[in-house]
Amino acid sequence: MSNLRGIAASSGIAIAKVYKLAVPDLTIEQKTVENPEVEINRLSQALEVSKQELEIIKENAKKSLGDEHAEIFSAHLLVLSDPEMIHPIHDKIKSEKVNAEAALEETANMFINMFKAMDNEYMRERAADIQDVTKRVMAHLLNVTFPNPALIDEEVVIVAEDLTPSDTAQLNKQFVKGFTTNIGGRTSHSAIMARSLEIPAVVGTKTIMSDAKENDLIIVDGIDGDVILNPTEEQITSYKQKHAEFEKQKEIWAQLKDEPTISSDNHHVELVANIGTPEDVTGVVNNGGEGVGLYRTEFLYMGKSKLPTEEEQYEAYKSVLEQMGDKPVVVRTLDIGGDKELSYLKLPEEMNPFLGFRAIRLCLERDDIFRTQLRALLRASVYGNLKIMFPMIATLDEFRQAKALLLEEKDNLKSEGTVVSDDIEIGIMVEIPSTAVIARQFAKEVDFFSIGTNDLIQYTMAADRMNERVSYLYQPYHPAILNLVNNVIEAAHAEGKWAGMCGEMAGDSIAIPILLGLGLDEFSMSATSILPARTQIRGLSKQELASYKEQLLSMSTADEVEAFIREKTNQ
Amino acid sequence: MAVEKTVTITDPTGVHARPATVLVNKAGSFASEVNVEYNGKKVNLKSIMGVMSLGIPKDSEITISAEGSDEQEALDAIVDAIKQEGLGE
Repeated sequence: MSNLRGIAASSGIAIAKVYKLAVPDLTIEQKTVENPEVEINRLSQALEVSKQELEIIKENAKKSLGDEHAEIFSAHLLVLSDPEMIHPIHDKIKSEKVNAEAALEETANMFINMFKAMDNEYMRERAADIQDVTKRVMAHLLNVTFPNPALIDEEVVIVAEDLTPSDTAQLNKQFVKGFTTNIGGRTSHSAIMARSLEIPAVVGTKTIMSDAKENDLIIVDGIDGDVILNPTEEQITSYKQKHAEFEKQKEIWAQLKDEPTISSDNHHVELVANIGTPEDVTGVVNNGGEGVGLYRTEFLYMGKSKLPTEEEQYEAYKSVLEQMGDKPVVVRTLDIGGDKELSYLKLPEEMNPFLGFRAIRLCLERDDIFRTQLRALLRASVYGNLKIMFPMIATLDEFRQAKALLLEEKDNLKSEGTVVSDDIEIGIMVEIPSTAVIARQFAKEVDFFSIGTNDLIQYTMAADRMNERVSYLYQPYHPAILNLVNNVIEAAHAEGKWAGMCGEMAGDSIAIPILLGLGLDEFSMSATSILPARTQIRGLSKQELASYKEQLLSMSTADEVEAFIREKTNQ
Repeated sequence: MAVEKTVTITDPTGVHARPATVLVNKAGSFASEVNVEYNGKKVNLKSIMGVMSLGIPKDSEITISAEGSDEQEALDAIVDAIKQEGLGE
């Protein structure tokens, strides 16, 4: 038995066998063989099993990621039956009398090097595809498993270094009971996805990959951030108990599903959800969300070989709006570039991607991409209550330019005879300190603010949120952050506008009382955080919390703020 | 007697993985030997690696040739697929 601590990324308890998602050791030995036919047979079998697996992965990808993403596996399948690939391997086995592993490696490397040497970046990237397929075949030759989330067919807990977007998209909730990773924090992609899938998860354990062995029994406690390997009988019993209590708690929360979010002194706030795809709307509805506070549109652009068409985007936006009915849906326009890379845009690599050419900066320069998205949004606007939000706004001029493009496309559509809603609010995401500081000036021109705390905190504290060595500086309760947040809320209210928040902070049990006291109107969070937040707010007095405002804003440290709130709210 | 036809690639990304997959699958469904030639280099159109290794960019001319029992059918089907995929004309 051994215990590990990580970051509780998605609540719930999972108890199951370990399934390690890692490339196995594929080191090979070159051997001389007596009978080449035996090697050729082994190769054929390894190819056959690999093809069957790729078919399953492809079908699964088609369902979870869409046809276009699944296409890459069709190409992988063709590599496995490519005569120009297979014949040279056979020849090598026969003429040099080497084992299948050595012949496969040599032939694959020849192709990989050939692609790597091409002067077309797209083709160079295909070297990675050949590498990928070869690894799967090699694993079968060596009799080791080459894991893939699509191939899981029994109850497991996934253990990985980190999970990529395509890994998480393929997780089957029926079998994957939870996951735990070496790296990551509450705001990393895998953590956000775990909450949206409602799978218990603990991230950032640092050593789980080396500690856990395939098929070990593992407990993942996504409530407190604990991971237990090979637990004792008593531990299993006590965690089963904890699981049952959590399920009961969820039932109690569920009773508030259709209730409004009001504080004990009758002040109403809106609890809305962050989503990434139209499929996430089910979770929003099931968890009693009063709208969508942040629809991240990046997923439409990721995992593809080219930009999504206007039609594709229109269908996605329309679907979200229709499902939400008359409830508000805040759509954030494309926030890509820097760390969230799109290979087909061929953006140059940057030293400081978080401070670089991304989001609205990219959209204003590549207005062809931007206009397509704006047109799709405008066309979809008649199907619900759409609000459009521009990300990474640093200057008023950027907002004016973006808004002008939006209005231009609106006119274009109208003159083409397309019906467009006239009640679309246009707002900005406040995540750059310069904008938070002069929010008063912005408030005269925007319809609303949504504070993106994940980035606002990293820019204010000058601390990369992906860098674990400076993660101690990621302090949501830092008085500097509270002062900026307060400034934005006051600025909005002075102009009769509303202010929301769509970062992780909005669903945090320490931050919620602070934000309620500061007068935040809208809280946008993971769907699963909505009911616990509603329960909490119903027990809080807005008036009392508002009376602490000056005191909180003049505190010196985040610890002081946290201790104060814990004491006042009995946490 | 072999048959052949030259087409111009108009897709901005050139012959990338997705259309290459379609063409290779198409070629594989015929008995004839099918080749594609670009820039003086001729490869088997039934081989995805062969096709991809040509690195065919936008605006290039490629020649498809077929030889065998169903050569005309094969050539027509492939040229048709190129057009349908929006790959070239």
